[in-house]
Formats: sequence, structure tokens, C-alpha cells
Amino acid sequence: MTSVAESPTVAGEACTDDYLSGGWSIRSWLLTVDHKRIAWLYAVSITVFFFFGSAAALLIRLELITPAGDLFSAEEYNRLFSLHGIVMVWFFLIPSIPATLGNFLIPLMVGARDMAFPKLNLLSWYIYSLGGLFTLAAVIAGGVDTGWTFYTPYSTLFSNSAVLAAAVGIFIVGFSSILTGLNFVVTVHTMRAPGLTWMRLPLFVWANYATALIMILATPVLATLLLLVGLERGLGIGIFDPALGGDPLLFQHLFWFYSHPAVYIMILPAMGVISEIISCFSRNPVFGYTGMVISIMAITLFGFVVWGHHMFVSGQSMYAGILFSFFSFLVAVPSAIKTLNWTATLFRGRISFTAPMIYALSFLELFTVGGLTGIFLAALALDVHVHDSYFVTAHFHYIMVGGAVTAYMGGLHFWWPKLTGRMFSRAWASTAAVALLIGLNLTFYPQFLLGYAGMPRRYHSYPDDFAILHVLSSLGAGVLAIGYLLPLIYLSWSLRRGEPAPPNPWDARGLEWQTMSPPPVHNFKETPVVTGGPYEYRE
Amino acid sequence: MSEPDPKPPAIEDPDLGLQLIPDQASEYAAAVDYLYFALLGVSGLLLALLFGLVVVFAVRFWHGVRRERGPGLAESRERRLEIGFVLPLTLSFLGLFYWATELYVDLYTPADPDITIDVVAKQWMWKVQHPDGTREINTLHVPQGEAVALRITSQDVIHSLWLPAFRLKRDAVPGMYTSAQFTPTQTGTFRLFCAEYCGTDHARMRGKVVVLSRADYQQWLAGGAAGASRAQEGGQLFQRLGCSGCHKPGSSELAPALEGLMGSTTELADGSEVVVDEAYIRDSIIEPQKQLVAGYQPIMPSFSGQVSEEEIMQLISYIQSLGNGGKND
Repeated sequence: MTSVAESPTVAGEACTDDYLSGGWSIRSWLLTVDHKRIAWLYAVSITVFFFFGSAAALLIRLELITPAGDLFSAEEYNRLFSLHGIVMVWFFLIPSIPATLGNFLIPLMVGARDMAFPKLNLLSWYIYSLGGLFTLAAVIAGGVDTGWTFYTPYSTLFSNSAVLAAAVGIFIVGFSSILTGLNFVVTVHTMRAPGLTWMRLPLFVWANYATALIMILATPVLATLLLLVGLERGLGIGIFDPALGGDPLLFQHLFWFYSHPAVYIMILPAMGVISEIISCFSRNPVFGYTGMVISIMAITLFGFVVWGHHMFVSGQSMYAGILFSFFSFLVAVPSAIKTLNWTATLFRGRISFTAPMIYALSFLELFTVGGLTGIFLAALALDVHVHDSYFVTAHFHYIMVGGAVTAYMGGLHFWWPKLTGRMFSRAWASTAAVALLIGLNLTFYPQFLLGYAGMPRRYHSYPDDFAILHVLSSLGAGVLAIGYLLPLIYLSWSLRRGEPAPPNPWDARGLEWQTMSPPPVHNFKETPVVTGGPYEYRE
Repeated sequence: MSEPDPKPPAIEDPDLGLQLIPDQASEYAAAVDYLYFALLGVSGLLLALLFGLVVVFAVRFWHGVRRERGPGLAESRERRLEIGFVLPLTLSFLGLFYWATELYVDLYTPADPDITIDVVAKQWMWKVQHPDGTREINTLHVPQGEAVALRITSQDVIHSLWLPAFRLKRDAVPGMYTSAQFTPTQTGTFRLFCAEYCGTDHARMRGKVVVLSRADYQQWLAGGAAGASRAQEGGQLFQRLGCSGCHKPGSSELAPALEGLMGSTTELADGSEVVVDEAYIRDSIIEPQKQLVAGYQPIMPSFSGQVSEEEIMQLISYIQSLGNGGKND
């Protein structure tokens, strides 16, 4: 049991010093060094980017309702899916959970007053916004048609679009990732409250810690690569140009050396969120805490040695393919342990189906389908057939949207009372969670079938036979849109009209719930002393 | 020197109906499908187990059910459950890994083919040349029952040749030769796609594979009225480009003789050895100084920009026709 020296502020008591009471002036937001306000800056920014990314996705799904390319020209279609990928990966998914929930909660969860480097934290957001707006402007005004993968030599020698500008923006945003990662690592290492040992850390903190390590280690490789692409495009030095003795496959190696671990940047924090939610609403400690921690670190480590599974048909050597396939099978094992442990956490619990719990159970389904289809893709001979098909599209959307976005929504609802001091409408929230689950499966399940049937990715038009599955998928996208728009409405509404939230509405055990909602500027009136683990729901 | 490429024909998708499992036009395709079904089975089992448990737990342990819950699982039992779950899972993963890898190795180390067809990808068409010199675009005619090897490259960006009915895909990479081999067992018309995004008209870079009986294939080739075979065209180029001035038949004074070169091992000027294959010959035409044969002066000029990818492939066919160092064709 966590003991806190102060007595938690009781609901109804005047909270004059909560972090939002400092005022709503522009200055109080743009010059803040409070990790909680910075989390909000990120939350608003990523929501804006999410809107652009989703709008592009919706237009893509509209185009694909009919086999002929009739709504947009081929060039417009290519720009749309490039915009969708670039914005969603770099400006929504990668910062999503760490920069918002992580930023807000990590200091609270470790019993600290703020991040280790509060000013660096604000700088991260400025860098992120600068890079993000730069790329968004490039992608919308200039148009980029390379896809988010920027494969050479197409991106360096053939694409007549704003590749350089987009790359510059992504390069800049990388520094924001690195700084955020650095802040997390130092905070977790040096600022834990007395008694908060490593093995008493909430899994959410472990997951974000692992994510921070990946950000620090992998992002510089992406930066190097973007620099090389810039040099190649600008000066034609020939690193990736076979006519000058370069190797286009080198690009893919460097790209996936970053971009595969980046998948774990997206999914590890999601796993952390799910552990907190399932434990709380089963009134049970997380089953196999040690196994969960080991799994997180194993995923982090193995995540760095599987990049070549993106290149099984690329001309990479057969032996490299075999090795990468082997590690890709292995990296699935810790994920399987985590899935087992979440399920076992329900055992002998007292389960309540609140909106966050519906999101968490949806995550369980979606992540498992996404993970198992990852095994299909790790299997060499099968990958040869479904590589670059809709099977791959379906697989990674189950992980990215079904996993990362669902967990983000679940986490947002779970901690909303803490973030805002307000309760949301439970009925609307449950409706939105169910809409998301249905929408996701309806959108992406048909894409598995399309892929094996022979539908390639990134096609503006396609053979008539595939139309029925594409129509189903587009219908699903409509349902998904409802699942996203509803929370935007009732959560915004709750900001002003929602019932005031008590300090601990879910009767949760984590340290962040032992202070008032919303938390005071310096989180705790006195530094808490921790005497137990984060999941003592049974005592 | 090379003629401009003709316009690609309009897209005519073979009318196959929606096939969730595409036609199995080779034995390999059927073998891949078995693996697919096995994986579907394993996944289905795991999903059923997971959902079953979640539903049972959700009903039994819903907070409204006033039943005594009993103690939580002890730490020692946790470890045992995790190991008991993970060990069989890992073993079945290893089994699937072995199965999939075996098929992949089969695909990558095929027996010698009966026929080698050259495929050059460009934005946005597939250019095909058969050994007898017949050319076609976005359509690939192949004989049934023969081991067909495709020698694939690209003249601009990366493309990827996907033949779903054969569960086969291989990237076409500029500056590099990749190969794909299959033995069609079923006549008919199947699909052919570019699977790697390659720019504006990526989606239009699709066509068909036509599998004909051996006799029909020969008849089809004859109808194409190719003047000279691929190797003969290569031989004419060899004269026209002046290669034959130094690479004289039977003489190795100025430049290595090319008879019997393909497949042999040659010592280079820096003391290393290289097995002469398509990639080496291509490199020697484009960048002759890169891997100079021991005992020769670096006097050969680069032909970069003077020969097209198809012409290089014709030259390779010509050199291959001069004998292949004891290896079978």
C-alpha cells in the first residue's frame, strides 16, 4: 500500500492551487515548465495532427469504394496516403502516449515534483511543433508522394515533390523525441520517491522508460538517414544511387533500423496503459509483474534485431532473411506472455466494465489479432506472398490503431478525472469505445482477406473483384470516424460541464491517485513515502 | 541507341472472381497455402482460448457477482503458468519458423531452370524478353510444366514483381539482378502486379501471366516473329559496341576471352577471387575498373549510359551462349 504523508484533498474542498488555477493566459501555457501543462500542449497538438491524418485516411477510403481511380488523380491519391502515413507515424503515434500521458503521469507516478529537466521538456514541445508544422506545410502545400517510407532511389532521384522539406521537418522532430526520452530516463533514474524501488514502479513507468531508451538509441539513426537523403537529393553524392556505385538497399536497412524499433515506441507505452487499466478494473494486482517487466525489456532489446523482416523479398541475402525471421518469431514470445498475464489478471477479480476497461479489453482482442498476424509475416515463405499487400496494411493497423490508439483512448478516459478534475459521461464513453472496436475490425479485417487474395498496397485503382471487401473496409472507416468524433464532443463538453472529479474516482492504488484532481502545481504537498507496490488491490 | 519503349497496353484484369485463396498455379503455391492454413489454425486456437477465458472470467468475476473470490495466485504458481504457456508456444513457433524457412530456402535455391526469361521493370511497365528474342509488355507467357526462371532488374526505381497465383514476389532493384523461379502446373491466365510503390502510376503497373501448354507456348513464340534470339541480339551488340575488338574469340591478349567464362572463378587484380555471374558481368560493363581481372590493364571504357538494361541482359545471354564453365545451362 502506498502511504502518502499528506491526506488527500477531499472532493469539494476548495482547490485553489491546482495546476490549472494558474490562469488561462496564452503566456501561462506557452511559457510553462510544468510537465502537466506541457502534456496538454502535446495533447492539443497531436489531436490537430490526428485530424489531418484521419481526414486523409477517410479520403483514401472514399476513393477505394470503387475499383476505378475516379475521385482523385493517381498523383493526388499518392499524396494522400503519404500525408496519412507521415503525419500519423511521426506526429501522432510516436509522441501520442509518451508525450501526453507519459509527460503528465511519470512525475506523479514516481512521486516527483516535475520532470528532471522541465525547461528541456518545454523545448521538446517547441521543437516538435516547429518540425511538425514544417512537414505539414510541406506535405500539404508542396505535396509529397513517396509514402512515409521514402524508399530510394524513388525519393532521391525520381520524386518531383517536396521530399527535402518533409525530411527536414522529420529530422527536427527527431530531436524532440530524443530530448523527451532523455528526460524520462533521468527522471525515472533519479527522482523516484523514497521507498519507490525499481520493482515497485508501475508498469506504465517501465514501459515509458523502455520507450525512452529506444527513442534515444534509434532516433539518431533516422536523423543520419534523413541527412543522407537530403545530401543525395541536393548534391547527388550517390550513397543510394546504383549508377554512382551506391546501394538503394542501404537506405532500407537504415530506415528499418529506426522504423522497426519505432513500432515499439508506439506499442510499449500502450502496453503500460493497459496494465494499469486492467489491474484497476479487475481489482487484482497485475498477474506476473516480474514477467511483465522482463517482457518489456526483452521486447526493447529484440526490437533492435528484427529490422530485416521488412526486406525478405528485397534482394537481401537469404541467410540474413532466415536470421531476421528467427528473431521476429522470438520477439513475439514476450508479447504473448503479456497477453497471457493481462488475461490472468482478470482471474478471481471483481471486474467492472467502465469505458477505460472496454478500451482495454478491445486492445486485448485487437493487439492479439495484430500480433498473431505478425507471425504470418515473420514466416518467410508466407511473407513472400503477402509482403507489400493489404495483409501487411491490416496487420500494422491492428497494432497501430487497434493497439496504440485504442490504448491511448483508454488511458485518456482512465486518467481524464486526474488530468482535468472532471468526470465524463459514462454512457457516451462506453458507446464510443464499442464503436471504435466495431469500426476497427470492420475496417481492417477485410484487408487481411484482400491481402491474401492478391491486392497490393498503395493502389489507386484495382481489379473489380476486390470491390466488395474494399466497400466493407470503407464502411468500417465510417464507424471508426464516429468512434473518434464522439469523445471529441463529450470530453470537450465535460471540461466545462462535467461533474467535478474526486481525487480517486476509480479507487485505484497508483501514486498519481493519492493527490488531488487535478493535481497541485508541484504534484504533492509533501514528498510521498512508498511502502508497497502499485497494484495492491486485494488488501 | 536503344529504341524508345512502346506504350503499355491498356489494363485488362483477368476476370477471376473474388478468390480469398488465389488459384494454386504451382505446387509451391499449394505448399505455401498449407502453411497458411496451419498458421490460421494455431491463431484460431489461441484466439479461441483467449476470448474464451476473457468471456468466462468476465461472467464469473463480474463485480456484481457476490461470490467469494479466493486468494490470488501465488508468485510460484505465476512463474509455472507463464512457463507452461510460453514453452509450448515457443516450440510451436520454432516449428512454424522451420517450416516457413524450408519453403523459403527451396524458393531461393532452385534447381537449374529450363528457361530463363528477362524482366526489366521501369516506371510504369514490365518489359519481358524471352530467350528466342520475343518481347512483350505487362504480359508474361510461360510454358506449363517447365521450370521458368525470371531474371529481374529495374532501370529506374525499385519495383516488385508479384505473381499471386504462384505465391511469388521479388523486388526489381536498379543495379542488381534478382531472380524468381516457378514451375506452372496449370494453364490459364493469372494476375501480375507491381507490389513496391514506384510513383504516380504504380497501380497501373499490372498485367497478366499466361500459362500455355508447351506446344502452345512454342506456337505463341513463333507468332511473335522475333528476328534474332536474345543471345544473337547480344552478339550483334557485341560487334556494334566494339567489344569484339579486344575480347577476341580465342585470344586473351588485350582482354580476357569470354568463352566458358560464365560460372567460372576468376582471379582479380587485387588478388581476390570472384565467381562470374550476371551481376559481375553487368558490373564489368558499367564499371570495368571496379573488379579488374588479374594480369590486365585497366583500359576498358565504361559503357554506362550507352547500353540499356535490356541490352546488358542480351550481352549476358550472348556471353552465356559462349559456354558456361562446365555448369549446366
